[in-house]
Amino acid sequence: MTMKASSRQVNSVTIVDMSGRITLGEGSVVLRDTIRDLLSKGDKKILLNLGNVTYIDSSGIGELVSAFTSVRNQGGELKLLNLTKKVHDLLQITKLYTVFDIRDDETAAIGSFK
Amino acid sequence: MTKRVSYTLASTLESVNRAESIAAETAARVGFSEDDQSNIAMAVREATVNAVLHGNAYDPDKKVFVVYESSMDALVITITDQGRGLDPLHVPDPLAPENLMKGSGRGIFLIRAFMDEVKFRNIQPGTEITLIKHLDRKAGNEEESQ
Repeated sequence: MTMKASSRQVNSVTIVDMSGRITLGEGSVVLRDTIRDLLSKGDKKILLNLGNVTYIDSSGIGELVSAFTSVRNQGGELKLLNLTKKVHDLLQITKLYTVFDIRDDETAAIGSFK
Repeated sequence: MTKRVSYTLASTLESVNRAESIAAETAARVGFSEDDQSNIAMAVREATVNAVLHGNAYDPDKKVFVVYESSMDALVITITDQGRGLDPLHVPDPLAPENLMKGSGRGIFLIRAFMDEVKFRNIQPGTEITLIKHLDRKAGNEEESQ
């Protein structure tokens, strides 16, 4: 399944609804390009909705980490929303679960941005 | 009885997807749980990515060989590249604090996390990685009877 990402704005937060697979190649590139475009426009409060992401490989995990670092380095915040069990388990075994701010309620997540 | 199927694949990302799909289908046929099917497929994906990307470096003259051997109680998958070789002892630990925020380096860690046994062999030129997952048929039967 092809990776798709679409953005919407709620207050000052940009929510990126992602679907499909974040894997080496197309999926990772879509995520990287999406984050780069948002940062170039000055959008630094980013909520990645991974509710419809069916699969992430090690390349995709690395891309999430790189996105987190890029946003933070520009003084912004990147948070994750609606992890599937598979993605949740992957972030746990790679010890990244505590690195990311992970949310399961969109409204509360939006309100949590500084 | 052991069933053995082998594939010779080009050094492309399409090959990675194909090796992963075949792994998932084979794991399902052998009788692994859905979780195990997914984990085995991901381990094969990661190993094939290593073969295509780090081993053969997308070289069109180099191939990736994938062998699936399934029996009543195990699935053994061997992935071989024709690259410069890999020393698994010198792969950095992705869980170490200094590596945690790196954008790469988690593939072999995930392979080891998802498979029961992982063996590396330097075949000069190239690396052979063998992934083994055992099937607990007794546990499977108990689940079915519940």
